Amino acid sequence: MNAERKRRRAVVDQTACVACGCCVKVCPLKAVEIIRGTMAQVDESRCVGCGKCARECPASVIEIREVRG
Amino acid sequence: MKKQWYDYLWIVSLTYLVLGFFNILFAWLGLLCFFIPLIISIAKGTKGYCNRYCGRGQLFSLLGGRFGLSRRKSIPSWMKSKAFRYGFLVFFFVMFFQMLWNTCLVFAGAQDLKQVVTLLWTFKLPWHWAYHGTFLHPGAAQFAFGFYSVMLTSTVLGLVTMVLFKPRSWCVYCPMGTMTQLICKAKNKGP
Repeated sequence: MNAERKRRRAVVDQTACVACGCCVKVCPLKAVEIIRGTMAQVDESRCVGCGKCARECPASVIEIREVRG
Repeated sequence: MKKQWYDYLWIVSLTYLVLGFFNILFAWLGLLCFFIPLIISIAKGTKGYCNRYCGRGQLFSLLGGRFGLSRRKSIPSWMKSKAFRYGFLVFFFVMFFQMLWNTCLVFAGAQDLKQVVTLLWTFKLPWHWAYHGTFLHPGAAQFAFGFYSVMLTSTVLGLVTMVLFKPRSWCVYCPMGTMTQLICKAKNKGP
């Protein structure tokens, strides 16, 4: 039996991120942070892929993707 | 999530805009929005101002989000391109220095005080009702008119893109945001 299951995660296009921090404010699990004032980074162990950050991101550089794990 | 004191800074931004209708000299306070982000980015290497303290961003969030004044569409890709963001930063700088030059001319006595607010770098709006004289040099008032023009123009642009795209679309091409991100990139560049 295949024990692998698909989970949803937020993925940031860090090259296009403007580091405004809108995603950080709306994340209910505090799974996003702005690193070094340059880009957002998602903590994969916390993110459940709810999509709030993706909806809020003014540059639309966050996608919700299905990942194995 | 529990609200912090800095989540109410939109009130300060709104008050700033309103005060400019009553006494233009309050425009000087807007320098805080220039210096605080720069100081944070230079001293700490973060965009702490954008991330926490930007009252204007909060105002757009509130109007576009809670008040539903935004279409919530994605911003066009050209508007988030580096070319546009850096180009807008340069354009903003050029216009800012032109404003400073006009201020210098008034300080030097080569030009009279113009009691107008220039919107979108083009439209000269009469604003004499907000000037009641000053014990300072008229150049100080000229700077206030010029600086308020910058602040009002950027607010109007931000409101337009808030309506058309997502609430905080202004953050994508905000010159201060672009500049502080560049400072952070330079400061945090690894060996």
